[in-house]
Amino acid sequence: MLQLILKRLLVAIPVLIIVASLTFFLVRLAPGGPFDSEKAVSPQVLKNLNEVYNLNAPLYEQYFDYMANALTGDFGPSFRYPGRSVSEMILTGLPVTFELAFYAIVFAAFLGLIAGIVAAVKKNTALDYIPMAIAMLGICMPTFLLGPLLVLIFGLNLEIMPVSGWDTLPGDKVLPAITLGAAYAAYIARLSRGGMLETLNQDYVRTARAKGLSEFKVVMVHAIRGGLIPVLAFLGPAIAGLIGGSFVVETIFQIPGLGRFYVEAAFNRDYTMILGTTIFFSALIIFFNLLSDIAVAVFNPQARS
Amino acid sequence: MEQKSQSLWSDAFDRLKKNKLAVISGFILIALIVLAIFAPWIAPHSYSYQNLELGAVGPSSTYWLGTDTLGRDQFSRILYGARVSLLVGFVATAVALVIGVSWGIVAGFFGGKIDSTMMRIVDILYGLPFIIFIVLLMVIFGRNIWLLFLAIGAVEWLTMARIVRGQVLTLKNQEFVLAAQAMGVRNLSLFFRHILPNILGTIAVYATLTIPQVMLLEAFLSFLGLGVQPPMSSWGTLIRYGVESMEEYPWMLIFPGLIFTITLFCLNFFGDGLRDAIDPRSSD
Amino acid sequence: MKNLPILAVLFLISCGKSVSPVDSGLENQVFHFGNGSEPQGLDPHVVTGVPEHHLLTSLCEGLVITNPKGGPNLPGVAESWSISDDGLVYTFNLHPNAKWSNGEDVTAEDFVWSWMRILTPALGSQYPDMLYYVKNAAAYHTEEINDFSMVGVKAADSKTLVVTLEQPYSFFIKLLSHYSTYAVPKDTVLAHGTIDDRNGEWTRPGNFVCNGPMQLKSWELNKKIVVEKNPFYWDAEKVQLNEMHFYPVSNESTEDRMFRAGQLHVTNVVPQEKCPVYMRENNPNLRIDPYVGTYFYRINTLNPVLKDKRVRKALAMSINRKQIVENVSQCGQKAAYSFTPPGISGYEPDTSIPFSPEEAKELLSEAGFANGEGFPKLEILFNTQEGHRKIALAVQQMWQQYLGIEVELVNTDWKVYLSREMIGDFQISRAGWIGDYEDPNTFLDLMRPNRGNNKTGWDNFEYDALIELANAQQDIDKRYEILNKAEQLLIDEMPIIPIYTYVRQYQLSSDVQGWDPNPTDTHHPKFVFLQR
Repeated sequence: MLQLILKRLLVAIPVLIIVASLTFFLVRLAPGGPFDSEKAVSPQVLKNLNEVYNLNAPLYEQYFDYMANALTGDFGPSFRYPGRSVSEMILTGLPVTFELAFYAIVFAAFLGLIAGIVAAVKKNTALDYIPMAIAMLGICMPTFLLGPLLVLIFGLNLEIMPVSGWDTLPGDKVLPAITLGAAYAAYIARLSRGGMLETLNQDYVRTARAKGLSEFKVVMVHAIRGGLIPVLAFLGPAIAGLIGGSFVVETIFQIPGLGRFYVEAAFNRDYTMILGTTIFFSALIIFFNLLSDIAVAVFNPQARS
Repeated sequence: MEQKSQSLWSDAFDRLKKNKLAVISGFILIALIVLAIFAPWIAPHSYSYQNLELGAVGPSSTYWLGTDTLGRDQFSRILYGARVSLLVGFVATAVALVIGVSWGIVAGFFGGKIDSTMMRIVDILYGLPFIIFIVLLMVIFGRNIWLLFLAIGAVEWLTMARIVRGQVLTLKNQEFVLAAQAMGVRNLSLFFRHILPNILGTIAVYATLTIPQVMLLEAFLSFLGLGVQPPMSSWGTLIRYGVESMEEYPWMLIFPGLIFTITLFCLNFFGDGLRDAIDPRSSD
Repeated sequence: MKNLPILAVLFLISCGKSVSPVDSGLENQVFHFGNGSEPQGLDPHVVTGVPEHHLLTSLCEGLVITNPKGGPNLPGVAESWSISDDGLVYTFNLHPNAKWSNGEDVTAEDFVWSWMRILTPALGSQYPDMLYYVKNAAAYHTEEINDFSMVGVKAADSKTLVVTLEQPYSFFIKLLSHYSTYAVPKDTVLAHGTIDDRNGEWTRPGNFVCNGPMQLKSWELNKKIVVEKNPFYWDAEKVQLNEMHFYPVSNESTEDRMFRAGQLHVTNVVPQEKCPVYMRENNPNLRIDPYVGTYFYRINTLNPVLKDKRVRKALAMSINRKQIVENVSQCGQKAAYSFTPPGISGYEPDTSIPFSPEEAKELLSEAGFANGEGFPKLEILFNTQEGHRKIALAVQQMWQQYLGIEVELVNTDWKVYLSREMIGDFQISRAGWIGDYEDPNTFLDLMRPNRGNNKTGWDNFEYDALIELANAQQDIDKRYEILNKAEQLLIDEMPIIPIYTYVRQYQLSSDVQGWDPNPTDTHHPKFVFLQR
């Protein structure tokens, strides 16, 4: 176990460096700079601005300065918001996105596992076909379609849900969490059903049944591991999708999270903000993939190779 | 050896035929592809001509699925949208396929150090926030459809590589391969005649399942304003406009949304059906 | 266990039904403001946008303030002023009670120091040219001179400010309601940074001090900015609002939903799709106010085909502006036949651009491209946005139909579009210009040679001379006559093709009183209150 963790961490560091460097040069290659605005900036003013942000120095110098600072956690000042540092902005947006993703995953796991287990146990009946069809819908519907639809129905027509915001009105976290989690609930339902089906045919399950244990116990105590494992393996890769999904959901529901910061930074060419968030998201993905691998290893000794 | 593969295929085909859902999905998909290919001949109106005075009207006998706010015929736009969306779906998947399958085959076939290095690279790439890079690429280099193909393909090949490699490894250790090796069949021949036919099934399954992922990714980019450039509109773009007007002109959303979802449904059901047909153990 | 689903639904329902912000705002005089994008900051010498303008209007005050009903500016920090006979010297008498939000007096020295700050090159302000009208200000900013005492702004005593101009610009007072001319508290700024430090911390909640009707209470990034009544404001008794909450909602549809759900008193925009619908159903909350802005197409006059003015006029005359405003933009915009919007401060441009495809075809023939033959493919550049795309599509169709020329649409994201315009990498590009103050100069000045915002390559010295002449003219009627000559010259040469005059479209709750439409969309909080 320890070896696994160490090995992964060792790989993580060069990955982060590559990601940072790649992003750095990619963004600098882009036409259009952070200070272009509709009201043209005189060359003087532009020179002064570039001076302040060290953009007049040769590229490799800027690169090394940046990397050196990044190692200490200093991602520089935001280009777009004078007076604010990137780390500060990440720290403001992160808890929000984290909370959103957490609720989404909890919702997805809850709904998905129940649906998947029931479908597996009641295979080839209506309780199998209907949830699986709904699950398919969840996978096939884009988030930016589902979100506004939910708002339309529950927010504007039935008026039981707030239309937007986060932590401003009671219940305003429900619709965003559902919108983000829907696709994952669907995947989890299918994965857990598949896993359960495989397990339910295994010898040790048949033994448990033969021993006279109630069906409920057989399913929930013995077979459930089989249903959980593919889900746990899926959670790691799911984080990358959650990050992407957060862009859409945070925009639709006006949530002040990191995803929205990132998209705006990309469009505004806020170099430092783009770099900081990219590195940060990469670190998150690596971390969650590791967690997912550990969870799988814990539950399934066979996978520890 | 030939006989064995033949019976494998015909068995699979029979199983597939029995899966009614998959068969229906397959027919719908074929119909869609045909419609998309022949769109320029079928479409009753131009997909870009704006009838400004008409504005958005509901379905009628002239405009079967209504018009959008610029007076453009929705039916024609959906047909042309099919071309774009399906094109993106197939081409980007093809890109992913080529890269992923080659990678997986080489890794799995040669094994050993080559395998572990190649898969290590895959592991590393899994750690990259690809969505972020795609957004960045589209923002920086503009909305070029070729870039779109490459970018999306570059994201999706990883899973393909892993699966193909797994399959190749399993096959390599199976009796018929070991027997062939014992008989002195050379590597290349071994590969083309024994391994490749047996992984084609898996490749087909995962390709079919990747297409909807790609199409969703393109729709996501369109929502952010980064998908294909107008006047080319994919279904993702049409849905985006539909969402904006969904209260006043619901048909702008319902029709593209419906057909997008149905297409993805069919692709997924067909892919599932294929997978069940080729490897029956996975659903029993 | 069985009751769980029912409980869950009840819980969800009870969560949603609560008092809406608009309702509770009515009781507590709390105004909920939809402010578009997250403001860059609060430093009036550094920021550049409209969301910042809304914030700064509530937090700070300049020498004068915009008259909510339009027309000449009203006294702000300056309670009165006098102008010398030659129109070059302005003497401002500051209000004896004008104070900063920390209780200190606002003095003339504050203004002198502040104008020195915005003109300090190292600060990198993007609006120093607002003060270039002051004697030697431009020289100081471009570092031709280094001694600020040579610049024409002095404190005669702590409550008297004397400004000397380069020319007797009759529109100078109008400039002074713009936030770039505001004063900032010297001690506060220096306590958290140097005079030229853009990233100084004086604008943080807890540090920020200014002299407006409101003061900064809190700032939650990307979520909400709250300002509350400033007790030290000289006219505090007039202020009825207790708090204003600014929400950075950048997605138009989301903002529209928030308004309809009672979460906002005013929105920043109306979604493109909804405007015609709201107009049709006579939505009482819809506001369409005239705005000091023009939507136009820039022509790159250095392009070999476009340098012929007959070609440019042909292009301009084959655009059916009426159809565009009625069927494309569909939100009460007015077709534009001049560069300066008509009616600004009583200025009426006497120009016309007839929609005449026949004449246009003739002009194109004369230029050597009969029926569009031999005319290279034209590219219209614009930043990715639905509204721009629709107009470009309409124009593309009109040019193809009436002139037989082929047009390609190229859209890029905002920054790329800006940089391409800047370096002249375009043929036709979509543009918009919002005036900074209510005077034709803010438009006509744009097209002078060597102006960074010109971007068309059109350098006409006759035009330049006319503007220069107008600037020296103190008599308003005579000045407008000269400006009209310049405007006619501009339209005759057509380096830019005006399309429509902007309007500000937004939704306003019926609870809001004292909110008057004015061309610069400035709504000073002391005139606004909530009542049903």
